[in-house]
Amino acid sequence: MDFCLVDCNSFYASCEQVFRPDLRHRPVVVLSNNDGFVIARNHQAKALGIPDLEPYFKVEHILRKNNVAIFSSNFPLYGDLSDRVMTTLRDFSPQVEIYSIDEMFLSFSGFKEGLHSHGKAIKDTVWRDVRIPVGVGIASTKTLAKLANMAAKKIAKLDGVCVLETELQRQWLLKRTPVNKVWGIGRRYTQRLSDMQIYNAWELATSNQKALSRRFNVCLERTIAELNGHACIQLEEYPDDKKQIYCTRSFGKKVTGLEELQQAVSVYASRAAEKMRMQKHLGLALHVFINTSPFEPNYYHNSLVIKLPYPTDDSRIIIERAKQVVARIYKPDYRYLKAGVGIIDMVSRRHYQSDLFQDRQPEKVDKTMLVLDQLNQQFGRNTAFFGAEGVQKKWRLRQGFKSPEYTTKLSEIPVIRC
Amino acid sequence: MYSITKIAIPSDSQALRIKLPLYQSVIPAGFPSPAEDYIDKTISLDEHLINRPSATYFARAKGDSMEGIGISDGALLIVDRSLMASHGDVVIASVDGDFTCKQLDLHHRQLVSANPKYKPIKIIEGIELEIEGVVIHCINSFR
Repeated sequence: MDFCLVDCNSFYASCEQVFRPDLRHRPVVVLSNNDGFVIARNHQAKALGIPDLEPYFKVEHILRKNNVAIFSSNFPLYGDLSDRVMTTLRDFSPQVEIYSIDEMFLSFSGFKEGLHSHGKAIKDTVWRDVRIPVGVGIASTKTLAKLANMAAKKIAKLDGVCVLETELQRQWLLKRTPVNKVWGIGRRYTQRLSDMQIYNAWELATSNQKALSRRFNVCLERTIAELNGHACIQLEEYPDDKKQIYCTRSFGKKVTGLEELQQAVSVYASRAAEKMRMQKHLGLALHVFINTSPFEPNYYHNSLVIKLPYPTDDSRIIIERAKQVVARIYKPDYRYLKAGVGIIDMVSRRHYQSDLFQDRQPEKVDKTMLVLDQLNQQFGRNTAFFGAEGVQKKWRLRQGFKSPEYTTKLSEIPVIRC
Repeated sequence: MYSITKIAIPSDSQALRIKLPLYQSVIPAGFPSPAEDYIDKTISLDEHLINRPSATYFARAKGDSMEGIGISDGALLIVDRSLMASHGDVVIASVDGDFTCKQLDLHHRQLVSANPKYKPIKIIEGIELEIEGVVIHCINSFR
């Protein structure tokens, strides 16, 4: 067996229960930034029929009636608990790939015996040490480990751990898995595959590869091989740097004036630039967008991509250009709900060599940015910021139900009755 | 045939983070400074007090029921979830959905306070109780 996938059960909702034992048997939902949408539900909340990604105002009455615990998202808490889960997993395998905030692949290369009890030990240890419930799937390929993980969560008898060991088990599971549940098969592929009478994972795995490869790309070929137990996707311990960096938010209070909108966009631009400097890249192009609420009449949205004057990580230039874009796409008399800035084209500082005929960022700028980042790292976010970001931030997030940052802020640690 | 061995790999973010002292004086070439042998890394309370950072959390004590064992109102508690609680340990327990800090008395199946004002909590059928970690340190601040 080569791969083990550990997936945290309704991660954000589970995080909210760690320091609230009174909620461990109650339905819990977590709302998106700005309390706009339901983004996580524990299984009790799912059982009430609350759909994923539903606008909060549409389900508020169901939540209230059923005494559902509602939380605004608390990303410092989720990030810290995710780190703790990952650290715990490193005791179980020398190689761990962080696939997302709540999913990790472990290399089980060379492990042949006692796989089930090893999986059970992972699940029990993560619960004991971090109080996060996880499901564990073990198989010979990543794609099969994903399916095993889904089975571990769905089939109550398995108690959260599923090892796909025998050929019989593999066939049984593939025949019961709709093709759209297979890793990497999106909605478009599902449609095209169903046109070819391929509905479940088994039909895909046993399909005529030649006929398929003519109509699909190499990714599908790889998926088929993986379903048949041939590992094609390796463990990536060091994820690539992000190719794009976005910072987007919904406003707590809708924004109408140009100046206020520019302030918000300046903050996002400055945050995106900071993230880019952390991964040591220089930006080439910006994407800026603004929109009103899609649930209100006269929906307006607009966006623009611009090139930066030269490869740069200078917050001042990125803020200035982002503000100019906002001025161009802004229309008065609308109530804006959301805005965002993305740095969509970047080069690594390591690989970037400026040619003599091209403008480049002066060295003085590098030093200024370094001082800025150090100030903010040492003394906390927003110690030093640009005038353009504004001092009064009226449009700041609405977070009416945020739980304490139990593990990352000394003033918010849990209080224990003695 | 292979078998499974648990290998502990330190995560680079935690275990390998060591603060190095800075040489304050210029070191002349030739004769070595006699202080050189005594340069050690700086003291980190985190490293000293916490064995398993991923399983450890901080909490604030509220109340006087554990004063007899040295936990003052407002004390900072360091709690390790990875330890198996044994008789006599000071533990955090969730009792019917509430966190409380008590001493574990396995001989009489109860959670006891360190203050005669408070009665023990009997661990009986029907009570919802879970141990939420062992209190490994308590920091009382004097000012």
